[in-house]
Amino acid sequence: MKARVSLLLVIAVVMASFGFASAQDAPSGDLEIFSWWTGGGEEAGLNALIARFKELYPEVNVINAAVAGGSGVNARAVLTSRMLGGNPPDTFQVHAGEELNALWVAAGLMEPLNDIYEANGWLDQFPEGLLDLITDDEGNIYVVPVNIHRSNVMWYVPAKLEEWGVTVPATWDEFVNVTCPALQAKDVTPLSVGENWTQAHLWESVALGVLGVDGYNGLWNGSTSWTSPEAVAVWDTYGKVLDCANDDMNALSWQDASRRVADGEAAFNIMGDWAAGYFLVDLALEPGTGFAWAASPGTDGAFMMLSDTFGLPKGVANPGAVRAWLSFLGTAEAQDIFNPLKGSLPANTTAQIDNSELYNAYFQDAYSDWTSNAIVGSQAHGLVAPPAFSNGFAAIIAGFQGDHDSATASANTAVLALQTGMVQ
Amino acid sequence: MIGQSRRDRLIAFFMLLPSLILLGIFVYGFIGSTLATSLTDSSAMQRLVGTPANNVGLKNYNDLFTGLLDSRFRTDVVNTVFFTAMFIGVCLAIGMLLAILLDQKIRGEAVFRTIFLFPMALSFVVTGVVWKWLFNPDAGINVLPTVVGLPKGTFRWFISEDQWLQFNWQDLPVIVVYVVLAIVLIWALLRWSRTRGTAPALVAAGTILVSLYLTLGNASALRFPNYEVKGFNVALIAIVVAAGWQMVGYTMAMYLAGLRGISEELREAARVDGCTEFGVYRYVVFPLLAPITLSAMIILGHISLKIFDLVYVMGGGDNLYIDMPGLNMFFETFRGQQFGRGAAIAMVMLIMVAVVIIPYLVSSLRSQEKNA
Repeated sequence: MKARVSLLLVIAVVMASFGFASAQDAPSGDLEIFSWWTGGGEEAGLNALIARFKELYPEVNVINAAVAGGSGVNARAVLTSRMLGGNPPDTFQVHAGEELNALWVAAGLMEPLNDIYEANGWLDQFPEGLLDLITDDEGNIYVVPVNIHRSNVMWYVPAKLEEWGVTVPATWDEFVNVTCPALQAKDVTPLSVGENWTQAHLWESVALGVLGVDGYNGLWNGSTSWTSPEAVAVWDTYGKVLDCANDDMNALSWQDASRRVADGEAAFNIMGDWAAGYFLVDLALEPGTGFAWAASPGTDGAFMMLSDTFGLPKGVANPGAVRAWLSFLGTAEAQDIFNPLKGSLPANTTAQIDNSELYNAYFQDAYSDWTSNAIVGSQAHGLVAPPAFSNGFAAIIAGFQGDHDSATASANTAVLALQTGMVQ
Repeated sequence: MIGQSRRDRLIAFFMLLPSLILLGIFVYGFIGSTLATSLTDSSAMQRLVGTPANNVGLKNYNDLFTGLLDSRFRTDVVNTVFFTAMFIGVCLAIGMLLAILLDQKIRGEAVFRTIFLFPMALSFVVTGVVWKWLFNPDAGINVLPTVVGLPKGTFRWFISEDQWLQFNWQDLPVIVVYVVLAIVLIWALLRWSRTRGTAPALVAAGTILVSLYLTLGNASALRFPNYEVKGFNVALIAIVVAAGWQMVGYTMAMYLAGLRGISEELREAARVDGCTEFGVYRYVVFPLLAPITLSAMIILGHISLKIFDLVYVMGGGDNLYIDMPGLNMFFETFRGQQFGRGAAIAMVMLIMVAVVIIPYLVSSLRSQEKNA
């Protein structure tokens, strides 16, 4: 009996080392990369990554399986059905955090990638706050982050603010009570907001501003009750902020909303830092003069982040090629190829962030915040809440836009958090 | 001879068998599987791990109609009812009008027919994008009057937040019961006035008793638990215009075919009998078009009950003023990854479509039997 067990062990070890050895050989075959990067800088970044990867591994045949539309909703629908059908893509894009953990990791469908991290020394190269987010309780890491985005950024045009005689508000109270009336008196929209998801995006900035870092994190780990006076105050403030916004928000995409600031119709816009790319490339504005930025009111010293990552599903046909791809993605070289095009920060700290040809003034500024601020996760982009919560939250945000009823909204969110198993 | 017909039947049966099997699996089998899923708490997680889903009975349905968090679904149901009624009404009225105008033997009829039919060749997604631009309150057709010096339009179209005909959702079951009772009562009274039979009289008396019983205090037992104001969202008008623009041509084509099927002799006969031109339509043409109206209503009705793409494109998905059950189902299933709840919404939609389609099927089967 004992002999048989040890024999099995030996076989297992041999097979494992054999598998490891074959992963070290030059990878070949097909590699299907699944993402929702189908336009603009995102697509350009992905294509540049693939081009460089092909130079490194000419034997691998890369298949770019990007699904367009719905800011990833459509892609996630396709991904879910492929995973359920037992036909996972070789590697897929996923937001770091709960979007990954609540489903794919919890269901045991992802391979741990700790060996890749150790082999490349990434445990020292990636920031600790980020590693905490993507490491599970047993110390396993399942994905390689390609980029970092900041969610809590307020955009404005400095010359316009001077013309209207307002300054960047330091808190939401100041915005609602001082900045907003001053701008409305001049017939300027104080804040431009777009369709539903941009409202959820605004909400998380308001929540972070009102609750502070610990209070905001508490919403997701259970230490801040959704029905507490503080949480209701978030909705109250959010309602007042919405009163200062344009009344055609449901008709605007995020680009439309950001553009109103550039056009001088609105004073401020809260949007993730992909807006920097929009101002720079699409609208050809100079950072610092044509457009400027600040942390959204009350969130100075906090960096609300989201990150696109890639992982290795279990049971794919060609894990060697996927490991090669992931090992490439995390390097400073790959991150310096991708992020300047996509308009995001590199996750790897050895990237050439000081190179102003690659990273513009916004990103150099954001990077110093990234390395010094408290890091919190974004709700609107799947970091801190499971998909079922985000879906219900979209309906609550949409309902609140109609009735501005803080009590109902906070009660509903509390029920939703319970039902989706976010809070025990 | 008899052997021949039995062989024919056998051949017919085997010819039909493949499509019967496919239908059985891919339509009725999947309806059954959706129904089964809707009675569980199935989710992506449960499917991926491979554990069996818990049977929760009618909980998903109960949540949809009474749950605190499913206000969105109830808004969807109200929106669908209003949208369907308006969409069918607009398509039938304008489609009929266009058909009658085209039937006046005008010059270039083929050109006009093509023009009116053309929108149907587009997909709803294209229609949605175009009308989203047109209905943009600050840039679209609202600006049109300024071209001739008139003030800018102020209607907010698909982002309007106004609500007409507001009612409390709690009262809906009571309202529905009263409406049903009223219909039964009217039917029974009509029947009784014609036949003086005892059965209609008993039915009428019964309905009066039931409504008295409800009115005298027990109606509140039927009410839903949560206070919610629902109503006709004015923003739906924009969707009706866009969807109507696309489907009016189709209705027109159906009516035109119907009009062409009415022989000139019938109209002539009516005119000889001293009928006015309006009378010809009122007493001859419209009654003969009734079957076409019914078919058009069925086709338009199931389009409007299942509408997804147009609203998704125009509203971006989460605009509750124009939200529809189809969108909610998609989001519950694929964004929320709660398959049980998504399946329950799908079943409710199926029931709504069935309410429209089954009477049509029954009546067409009956008329076939009569003709046979």
